[in-house]
Amino acid sequence: MAEVRGGAPRTSPKRSEDPRLLTGRALFVDDVHLDGMLHVAFLRSDFAHARINSVDVSVALEREGVVAAYTAWDLGDYWQPGPLLVAPPPTIERLEFNTATHVPLAKDKVKHVGEPIAMVVAESRYVAEDALADIVVDLEPLDAVVDIEKALDPDAPIIHEELGTNLAAHVIQEKDSYDQARAQAHLVVRRRFEYDRGASAPMENRGIVARWDEMSQELTLWDTTQAPIPIRNGLAAMLGLLESQVRVIAPFIGGGFGPKIMMFYPEEVLLPWVAMRLGRPLKWIEDRQESFVGTTQERGQVHEAELALDQDGRILGVKDVFVHDSGAFDPYGLTVPINSQCTLLGPYDVPAYYSEFKVVFTNKTIVTPVRGAGRQHGVFVMERLLDFAARELGIDRVEIRRRNFIDPEAFPHDHKIIFQDSAPLYYDSGNYQPSMDRAVEMIGYDDWAEEQARARGEGRSVGLGIVAYVEGTGIGPYEGARVSVEPSGKVRVATGVGTQGQGHFTSFAQVVAEELGVEVADVHVTTGDTREFHWGTGTFASRGIVVAGSACLEAAKSVRGKVLDLAARELGVPPDAVALGGGRAFVSSDPDRGLGLGDLAVRANPLRGSSPRRTSGRTEGARPTGSTP
Amino acid sequence: MSRQPTLRVSINGTTYERTVAPRLLLSDFLRHELRLTGTHVGCEHGVCGACTVLLDGASVRSCLMFAVQAQGREIMTVEGLARGDELHPLQAAFQDAHGLQCGFCTPGFLMTLIPFLEEHSDPSERQVREAISGNLCRCTGYENIVRAVLLAAERGQDAVGDRSMPAVTTSGTRSAGGEPGGSGCTDDSILRPRPDDDG
Repeated sequence: MAEVRGGAPRTSPKRSEDPRLLTGRALFVDDVHLDGMLHVAFLRSDFAHARINSVDVSVALEREGVVAAYTAWDLGDYWQPGPLLVAPPPTIERLEFNTATHVPLAKDKVKHVGEPIAMVVAESRYVAEDALADIVVDLEPLDAVVDIEKALDPDAPIIHEELGTNLAAHVIQEKDSYDQARAQAHLVVRRRFEYDRGASAPMENRGIVARWDEMSQELTLWDTTQAPIPIRNGLAAMLGLLESQVRVIAPFIGGGFGPKIMMFYPEEVLLPWVAMRLGRPLKWIEDRQESFVGTTQERGQVHEAELALDQDGRILGVKDVFVHDSGAFDPYGLTVPINSQCTLLGPYDVPAYYSEFKVVFTNKTIVTPVRGAGRQHGVFVMERLLDFAARELGIDRVEIRRRNFIDPEAFPHDHKIIFQDSAPLYYDSGNYQPSMDRAVEMIGYDDWAEEQARARGEGRSVGLGIVAYVEGTGIGPYEGARVSVEPSGKVRVATGVGTQGQGHFTSFAQVVAEELGVEVADVHVTTGDTREFHWGTGTFASRGIVVAGSACLEAAKSVRGKVLDLAARELGVPPDAVALGGGRAFVSSDPDRGLGLGDLAVRANPLRGSSPRRTSGRTEGARPTGSTP
Repeated sequence: MSRQPTLRVSINGTTYERTVAPRLLLSDFLRHELRLTGTHVGCEHGVCGACTVLLDGASVRSCLMFAVQAQGREIMTVEGLARGDELHPLQAAFQDAHGLQCGFCTPGFLMTLIPFLEEHSDPSERQVREAISGNLCRCTGYENIVRAVLLAAERGQDAVGDRSMPAVTTSGTRSAGGEPGGSGCTDDSILRPRPDDDG
């Protein structure tokens, strides 16, 4: 029998996580019930911009069932603006950036609707919400900045008085001279593009359960986050705990789409701190109304853009000047607008590019990456300009794109600007035309006019859009994974990223199963629990399978090597005579001679002495099979 | 404190008697009092459908009902569908057709579709889309949900035709809920969950 490299062929198995999700047995944050648990509700601002004169929670505290209430003034030194999560790329030369990060509870001013002002802790969520009505807030409403194009007007109200401006950032990136390109152009297409705001609205709202265990001196947080490890690290620092004292669990998460990687939300900062003070577990589950104003959003931009072309429709240059809405704070730095700026260039050879943007503060919910994280704003600008140019030049929409794709022989291609990860926007390889050809063929583009006419005849207006783009994705910096074989022969995999429906429990298991020659069903995956795996960043930018999946593969390869070594010694053959398959290690030429992986795991970890490992003829101590740090 | 009424209600074949606050939502009663957390809450105002349960066999939003309104009624939640480790045919079809991603909305879809498939043993795609129009999903784009429903219906039809159910279903073990001694499969009962024997 030839070696079966992995019991998991490259197929699409049923998802391992589905039975739990389908039967209602999957643990989501709001499913966590702890003895003595108290419930939290937040009083949020109804005003976009207002000065706070006072916040009085004394009546709320008298209500039966209310345990505690907090305002900004109750937090003492713990009241701090949150961290700047992503610093602007230091490699961009023409860049101005003003930081204003959000605070746990509003103190002097409220700066957007939904900003938390006070926190109530009660025996039930019902009582906690009742008590919000008991809180007296003396507010002085101020004019609000709502139109991003007016945010920098001389008479605009200033949101962050310490900055003296609503300008959060001003960035210019330039490749060669657009003005020169324009001077030679046969055609210049100029348009304005407005993008409105949106909320990503995952089906599961945000939620947090925090428990401080006085006996073990450990904090456990169940959090609907896409990034449990950074949450743990940040909370440990804020709370003065060791990272080993904080465990963050992101169990099943009901959709993320970006906002669940914002760090740190006020609620994430407050619940652990209060749970430690009260000595009781706390739960806060966002309701949908809160979600629409308290969970981060995206999209608001206005672009003035132009495209310069020669008479054949070849791009000579692009100029794009846009304004980006940051909302009331800018904790996520420039990730979104730089994505817009860079992704605009897409698969096209653009000899000259002038891109300038201003980021403005407005009295709206904070903006952080949401599904696409700004990329599609740039793509839409470019693709629409190409459509308009095609129409004016009388060139087919597909053809004008073909003429401008970077030639497959011209890679690597340097766009000569800096991407959001601070590195040059540099394409190592690419070949775009075949993808376009295939799409056009599958759509039936050549016969499209007939199909459209037929649809019109049936009373249906059907359009066809042609879009090409290159996405900077699978972003770093790193992830890790631990793979171990248990005495039962089951394989355990843990990685640091969280899961919001990507199918990680199956896809990571497939990667490992193939390497170790076991069934996918015998590989048990844990994601999003900092106790199971200690280091990493999170789930975003389509990076889970790329980065964490690669870590799973590397760890599995390492375990595979150890299994082969040990099996070879136990079976008395050279390692290259051993194959893995069906949950066993066996002699390739004599498949009946073999050992189960579970048996090998036991033999790898004897109670006395060590399991010697034969390496290049020498025998030395080996680590247990199942431990790949 | 006002007097707390006593609620007596049958859920997944088990009768519960609890003292509840009059304003307690049925969704919160199921999730937080009985710890039947498979019923999910997405919007709490009847829009998203995640909290759908069966009330006397009909789909209802548990976030739009007070628990006390279920007095004396029979409720089925998503926890009542599978029999042990054996998935209900509709659940199996969802898994086979990849009709779920994050899975948060899924219990609501299932509980909306159970009575629909009882009434429509051979639904068209348009009917399926209409049936799920009150349930929101943010991951799938609905395509695979529709496929899953059509697959479940198709399997139900097959089973009726030859009386030997495909592996994902169990011949003769799923009878109309509440009908003692129900046996075999009929075209409108095949997808109907069976109450627990020990209820």
